[in-house]
Amino acid sequence: MYFKLKIWRQKSPEDKGGFQSYELDDVSPDMSFLEMIDVLNESLERKGGEPVHFDHDCREGICGTCGMFINGRPHGPQRGIATCQLHMRSFNDGDTITIEPWRARSFPVIKDLVVDRSAFDRIIQAGGFVSVSTGGVPDANEIPISTSIANEAMDAASCIGCGACVAACKNASAMLFVAAKISQLALLPQGKIEAKTRAENMVEQMDKEGFGTCTNTEACEAECPKEIGLVHIARMNREYYFAKQSSESLSEREKVHEG
Amino acid sequence: MNLDAKIPEGPLVEKWTRHKFNIKLVNPANKRKYDIIVIGTGLAGASAAASLAELGYNIKSFCFQDSPRRAHSIAAQGGINASKNYQNDGDSDYRLFYDTIKGGDYRSREANVYRLAEVSSSIIDQCVAQGVPFAREYGGLLDNRSFGGAQVSRTFYARGQTGQQLLLGAYSAISRQIANGMVQIFPRTEMLDLVVVDGQARGVVVRDLVTGKIESHSSHAVILATGGYGNVFYLSTNAMASNATAAWRAHKRGALFANPCFTQIHPTCIPVSGEHQSKLTLMSESLRNDGRIWVPKKGIKGLTAKDAVHIPEEERDYFLERRYPSFGNLVPRDVASRNAKMMCDEGRGVGATGLAVFLDFADTIQRDGRDMIEQKYGNLFDMYKQITADDPYDVPMMIYPAVHYTMGGLWVDYNLMTNINGLYALGECNFSDHGANRLGASALMQGLADGYFVIPYTIGDYLAGMPYEKIPVDYEAFQLAEKNVKDRIENLLKINGNRTVDDFHKELGKIMWDYCGMARNEEGLRHAKQEVIRLRDEFWKDLKVTGTNDELNMSLEKANRVADFFELGELMIDDALQRRESCGGHFREESQTEEGEALRIDDEFSFVAAWNFTGKDQPEELIKEELVFENVKLTQRSYK
Repeated sequence: MYFKLKIWRQKSPEDKGGFQSYELDDVSPDMSFLEMIDVLNESLERKGGEPVHFDHDCREGICGTCGMFINGRPHGPQRGIATCQLHMRSFNDGDTITIEPWRARSFPVIKDLVVDRSAFDRIIQAGGFVSVSTGGVPDANEIPISTSIANEAMDAASCIGCGACVAACKNASAMLFVAAKISQLALLPQGKIEAKTRAENMVEQMDKEGFGTCTNTEACEAECPKEIGLVHIARMNREYYFAKQSSESLSEREKVHEG
Repeated sequence: MNLDAKIPEGPLVEKWTRHKFNIKLVNPANKRKYDIIVIGTGLAGASAAASLAELGYNIKSFCFQDSPRRAHSIAAQGGINASKNYQNDGDSDYRLFYDTIKGGDYRSREANVYRLAEVSSSIIDQCVAQGVPFAREYGGLLDNRSFGGAQVSRTFYARGQTGQQLLLGAYSAISRQIANGMVQIFPRTEMLDLVVVDGQARGVVVRDLVTGKIESHSSHAVILATGGYGNVFYLSTNAMASNATAAWRAHKRGALFANPCFTQIHPTCIPVSGEHQSKLTLMSESLRNDGRIWVPKKGIKGLTAKDAVHIPEEERDYFLERRYPSFGNLVPRDVASRNAKMMCDEGRGVGATGLAVFLDFADTIQRDGRDMIEQKYGNLFDMYKQITADDPYDVPMMIYPAVHYTMGGLWVDYNLMTNINGLYALGECNFSDHGANRLGASALMQGLADGYFVIPYTIGDYLAGMPYEKIPVDYEAFQLAEKNVKDRIENLLKINGNRTVDDFHKELGKIMWDYCGMARNEEGLRHAKQEVIRLRDEFWKDLKVTGTNDELNMSLEKANRVADFFELGELMIDDALQRRESCGGHFREESQTEEGEALRIDDEFSFVAAWNFTGKDQPEELIKEELVFENVKLTQRSYK
């Protein structure tokens, strides 16, 4: 197969960056998308050029490291997969493929297609955990959990933190990412104790990081490689509103009543 | 050098309890005076960093990924073992211990393995308390599945994403400690040297992968939890950036490397599709619960999965069920892999390359229905279809063995301390618990056992004897190590030859796979050694790395890692040469039973082979730790 590639090249965070065109022939339809970039990079390096930098690691769609904006869609044209799971058989011979990094103010470009997603880590640090230390916990079967609750929590927990939801959103909102964690822990009895402060703190951190607001375009759900649903955003909103209304921080509670 | 494994006195089942009482403690108020460096944020590293921070130690945690949540533990699919006996099917700590020792073909330490079994139940409790959404039965209690090498159901799981869920649990614990200010996290930062002062590990030299800055960090102890070295083979189920550099640099600073030739070849991976292949994808071992493995009785060249559906029952050879009636498709990994290779060597392999066997779900789908299979393995089936374009609901999967895990690693004593004082190795990075073959669902167990329940106790014993003073990073040993790191990077950049890093890495991997892979023999290994040395010389003469050190430079990162793989690869071959027996994943063709099974030679090889680095281009020195078995009787492993 033959492809024309238009790839975003940017030397450093300060560099303005721009598109560069490349042509690639003899691409096997069984190649993964990233293997196609590997082949391009090999040829660039042989000629003494710098390879296209991109983040990737497990190449099984679970680590969440990879993420390319392909022909205007995060992770490319197929639903429910990460970039590393995309194969060239999903394209037509002769296609022009445009490849960009995630575009969001909260994900600054480091180089080429590599972006800084540490904002996600800081949101988790704000409350995406159950405050239990190692040891001294009850037996695992002490609290039964119904399969439907466990399954719903698992759906939310399958988030790989890739950032496609942010890249897909015209407002660069991180609602789906944040909701996935809040929802998972709000569903499980283990997470209920801190549900209120968790929702408040994580949302506050999300805002602090400069992510946009949600205007219900549903692009995030459509592009999520793990197909995490909007229902979790609804659950987060409920958790957040409830938390504010009955906040353990009294000033927060008043804010809700005022406004 | 005399190796002391420091195994506590007393009966097997009391060793850990007694040891915990006998070791020294650090007063809670004094813990904050100690700094500990943890390299790696996988299951072992993240759980250790979080647990030690909870106790009050100051932790610096490093990972080369952009976030601690991305360590390769995340890709583990099938599950985690624990001897809960929730199924009432006869499980116990002792049975888990016994299965693990036997599964490892009697090449691991009894005391370590028993402790692993003993703490396994606490791991499940801990993870549930963190909010890990394990699979549950309708009554709300935890579900279990079966895994290879065991006849009880003791494997806890979260769909086909158990590693992900456990890692996110440990990641949440470390995140909480980062927020508390007890853990300082350094993502996109790679350890490139260990600093040893007066025989004690006192810090590390790291490279900031974004800026290229080389920096030293001082501490009272260093924990390596850096995973395995399967990427020596280029193609493996490891993540692309998984590497052995931290462990190898520690080895070159004096830490012994144990049983490097013990590598695990996993039987159920998606076969190689072409030259462009960059990595291999595992299909969870749990699939062997319900899938049946077969090849046609008579070889058919280029047999596709679509055509296989029409092959009548009597023309199929379910070779594992035929050869091992009691364990059937659930024999341990090494046995399953070797048998698949045997079928392909006989010319009965399937697919375009002839290097694959079928894993067939047709019978199970007919028996239990498609819904049931979808519920259990849906994501794996989707993943398979995505990669191969075949739908396993309609046609059998094709699978072939691939490098998956390395049982060998840094030598550690019972406290998980290497022979360098204050240097610890946890998880896959050490050699300690899996002998010559690891059972499925045991890697997650070991990583978390080491991090949550072993190191928080044992490190105190060492630190209690340490002064509080820190060594400043302008101290000579740090400066020398920094210079060492900088010189090497400069050397890599100035070669300016013609071949790329990947090009060298692929060739190295092929040599290792052909001669030091699923089957090994004296002649092949000697040949491989020459080839690796030849290629390494070429690497240092003809490598091409573009870009500079002062920026994000992924070619340079790779070159640094591959340079170490060359040296480690040679040691793997040396180790495979000296071990003239077969055991577990190490199959020496010269040593097999009449039926073609691995034949151990216990009188000669019942030891841990710990290798000591003696200098550049010098042969490494072999130091033996004899394995003493007081509780299990060594027998020829049989899964018939």
